[in-house]
Amino acid sequence: MSFDATYRDKAFKSVGTRPLRPDGVDKVTGRARYGADFNMPGQLVARVLRSPHAHARIKRIDTSRAEAVRGVKAVITAADLPDLTDGDASLLAILDNCMARTKALYDGHAVAAVAAIDEKSAKQALKLIEVEYEILPHVVDVDAAARPDAPILNEAIRTSGVEPAPDTPSNVANRSEFGHGDVDAGFAQADVIVERSYRTEQTHQGYIEPHACVANCNPDGTTDLWVCTQGHFVYRQTCADLLGLEVSKLRVTSSEIGGGFGGKTHVWAEPVALALSRKAGRPVKLVMSREEVFRASGPTSATSIDVKIGAKADGTITAAEATLRYSNGPYADMWAELGAMTSFACYDLENVKTVGFEVLVNRPKVAAYRAPSAPMAAFAVESAVDELAHKIGMDAVEFRIRNAAKEGTRSSYGPVYGPIGIGPTLEAAKAHPHMSAPLGENQGRGMACGFWFNFGGQTCTDLNINADGTVTLAVGTVDVGGSRASLSLIAAEELGIDYQNVKAVVADTATLGYNDMTDGSRGTFSSSMATISAARNAIEVMRRRAALTWDIPVEDVHWEDGHAKAAGSKYDNLSPLSVKEIAAESGNSGGPIAGHSEMVADGAGVSFATHLCDVEVDPETGSTRIVRYTVIQDAGKAVHPAYVEGQYQGGAAQGIGWALNEEYIYGEDGRLQNPGFLDYRIPVCSDLPMIDTQILEIPNPNHPYGVRGVGETSIVPPLAAIANAVSNAVGVRMTHIPMSPPRILAALNADKDG
Amino acid sequence: MRYERPQTITDATALLAGAAGNAHVLAGGTDLLVRMQNDDFDAGLVVDIKAIGGMCEIVESDNAFTIGAAVPCAALSEHAALVAAWPGIVEAANLIGSTQIQSRCTVAGNLCNASPAADSVPAMVAAGAQARIVGPDGTRMVAVEDIPQGPGKTSLEKGELIEAIVLTKPGPRSGDAYLRFIPRTEMDIAVVGVGVWLALDESGLVQEARVALGAVGPKVVLAQDAAAAIVGTPLDDAALDALAAACSAACNPIDDKRGTVTFRKQVAGVLARRAARIAHERAGVRQ
Repeated sequence: MSFDATYRDKAFKSVGTRPLRPDGVDKVTGRARYGADFNMPGQLVARVLRSPHAHARIKRIDTSRAEAVRGVKAVITAADLPDLTDGDASLLAILDNCMARTKALYDGHAVAAVAAIDEKSAKQALKLIEVEYEILPHVVDVDAAARPDAPILNEAIRTSGVEPAPDTPSNVANRSEFGHGDVDAGFAQADVIVERSYRTEQTHQGYIEPHACVANCNPDGTTDLWVCTQGHFVYRQTCADLLGLEVSKLRVTSSEIGGGFGGKTHVWAEPVALALSRKAGRPVKLVMSREEVFRASGPTSATSIDVKIGAKADGTITAAEATLRYSNGPYADMWAELGAMTSFACYDLENVKTVGFEVLVNRPKVAAYRAPSAPMAAFAVESAVDELAHKIGMDAVEFRIRNAAKEGTRSSYGPVYGPIGIGPTLEAAKAHPHMSAPLGENQGRGMACGFWFNFGGQTCTDLNINADGTVTLAVGTVDVGGSRASLSLIAAEELGIDYQNVKAVVADTATLGYNDMTDGSRGTFSSSMATISAARNAIEVMRRRAALTWDIPVEDVHWEDGHAKAAGSKYDNLSPLSVKEIAAESGNSGGPIAGHSEMVADGAGVSFATHLCDVEVDPETGSTRIVRYTVIQDAGKAVHPAYVEGQYQGGAAQGIGWALNEEYIYGEDGRLQNPGFLDYRIPVCSDLPMIDTQILEIPNPNHPYGVRGVGETSIVPPLAAIANAVSNAVGVRMTHIPMSPPRILAALNADKDG
Repeated sequence: MRYERPQTITDATALLAGAAGNAHVLAGGTDLLVRMQNDDFDAGLVVDIKAIGGMCEIVESDNAFTIGAAVPCAALSEHAALVAAWPGIVEAANLIGSTQIQSRCTVAGNLCNASPAADSVPAMVAAGAQARIVGPDGTRMVAVEDIPQGPGKTSLEKGELIEAIVLTKPGPRSGDAYLRFIPRTEMDIAVVGVGVWLALDESGLVQEARVALGAVGPKVVLAQDAAAAIVGTPLDDAALDALAAACSAACNPIDDKRGTVTFRKQVAGVLARRAARIAHERAGVRQ
């Protein structure tokens, strides 16, 4: 059935309210079942042996002594995960990352795994696996790795995207370029130019729940996987591809999820658990420790970025250029490319050029992290923009308003924008009381803008009208931020019933059609579109049932306020039929009532935000305190405003941690020094002020209710907003994230000495 | 692993003395239980001392406070007389971990864990605290600064354990303070810690002082030059400058994941100055 997704202005009854989430009680009472909370009879415990070396050739692995340990049921190495990838390089990278094939490429890279009847036997067996390594020179720094004399991670890599094609190996896997106009001509017109280099260190998503799964391979080839993931359909496909399983025989159920932020869109341990279960013939549970999570999952890229922006004295930007080097871990991906695309997306520029370089280093394979790659690019660009405004003598908000992208602007990465929210967020910032609040001693104010693409993707939803008139909504996008509540509101709105009468569940892969994962801020955007479609299909069925009951033509039945109503005066004596009444009669009127939908949810609608931040710096110690923080972001339409605010606050909180203290610290030996929450410092509650939010609603023309994704953009501006605030507080430009106290104090000392 | 919960100190020392493999004393367990999660951890015997009489009590006599080795740090802040006498120590003990941790962790455990960054240790050293050690050969009193020997290492002999920390009651016109630097606001480990105790003479000049530094070397540093820098002064700016410089000079830190050498040296001076001011203010109001 064709579905019209065009936005239509309407008054809402359910959408925009703030009811409690359906999963809330289970979560606060400890009854919610996360990845590690599932158990099967006869289940074995899995443990993974990991390389202590940053870069080493695996010359020999002897598992015989481990296999002889009483209670050990299976030991696997890469030999048990044969290469079935058929030339698909990205799939092979996933396989190699799950279990090192010829070389260990980072500290923490899995080299073998054990399944045993208990933890003790598994631990004992791990110690008895003999691995002979040939230690190779390593490189963990993004700039050092890009140099010609760096140790090469993969001899087969030639830098792609450059002409002529190089014939020597390099750690620079790819060069990408975006932009339009002539930047040299643009800089020639500039009265003032700012040119600087910036660095950001590697951070982890920091989800509280470690990766966990239970895998069960039966002798007949049917397989079950219970797992904490952001996308069980994607995990099903990837695991089936890697292990040579039939998709229909692999049933994946997603657990509740204790945070993912992009980090649970990639498989890590699941193929290993499946291979162990297949070998042992028993269910296998694999739960990563926090140390393993840090050493071998996540993280985001470390970056080194050069920015040059020129403007006329009146504040018009004439040209903008950025060169972005992003660490990828040991396998080539497109992280710098995403940075290059997003760098200048907030601005209307005549001449713009961005170049991204993907750099391989001996660190864990980089994973998506909330608006992946955009925060670092925004840090560099928004720092330079701020400095340029200062140099010209213009207010930082006015300068941005003058150059902001608008409807019809050709974006720096190509497309022409429709109606967008960057201008309105800046105007809201200008008018916000935060902007004019007085600052105390040693305090500084900063601001920054951020952009994210947002994504729609493949979506499938079932909506069942139960005999009692309640509704069960089965969706295939994992609920990472309250989407079951939001989607229930959407179903209630469309059907005209009460929120309490809708129960949303996340269906497993055997009971619903394929869904892309919950990424790209798509969960509520795409599944709400599919829910509206499914609800409209169910309404069609109910109209037909009412027509049948009344014995009138279906064209004369319309749907209003949760009721089928007979149209026109000729049926005056018919009282409307409610969902409950129609459902009660469904057994006699044609059987169960359901609405189904399948679609590619196009038109996600780009997202913009502006953040304001006040920071106090102790000039004697470099200690920082976030005094005040305000997030202003376009939501299109906030379906459940409390959870939209939660997304805004959460992104800001993660950005604050990234800006101030979070970083991967490697020793000379290439080993991660801080694989734990004690020394990998995410903010604690007392580190943060109440983060104020302002929701703007500029309807997305491509969604029936105007919804845009809101999950990711909120992490894009904080690095820059805080860097600008700190720089303004201390009078020294901060160019290295995180701005930990030793870095701030060193910058202050250098300024005093210089 | 064998777990024992002896009723007497004699039984405890006998168990520890007779242990064949690795033996560990369990008080609050906030360090031990975390270490037990490590794959490399191997314990033959764990001796829980909380059932031993007096271990969970603070005893106040005419001239001292005796803090049993199993008294949780949170209990220190509920002992009004102790808070009045040694506010710096009580504050230091209640910077450790979180509220939940403080309800289990102990200052004796903090000392025996022998982390150079232990918060309560510089405060106790500055206060001249003593540890009462019991072993197979009897009881001995040892200055707190002589217990840690390096990260994870103490001067306790096999079979010995700390029975109590003994704090002499402070004299008139004296005060103590402890400050530490962490990048966050709580739930963190000191990058630098400074404990200061000082006593004034009747004219208001510093008569005696002890300054102790944490996290700036392999073990707590009793900075005698720093103390000497303020003795005989009215703790004016010149004295505070000299104190800061002496503290920076007394540091022997390393660059590590928590901070740099430069940062630790500089901030040790800053915190010493601030802690000395607090101790001075406290001394001024205690007659």
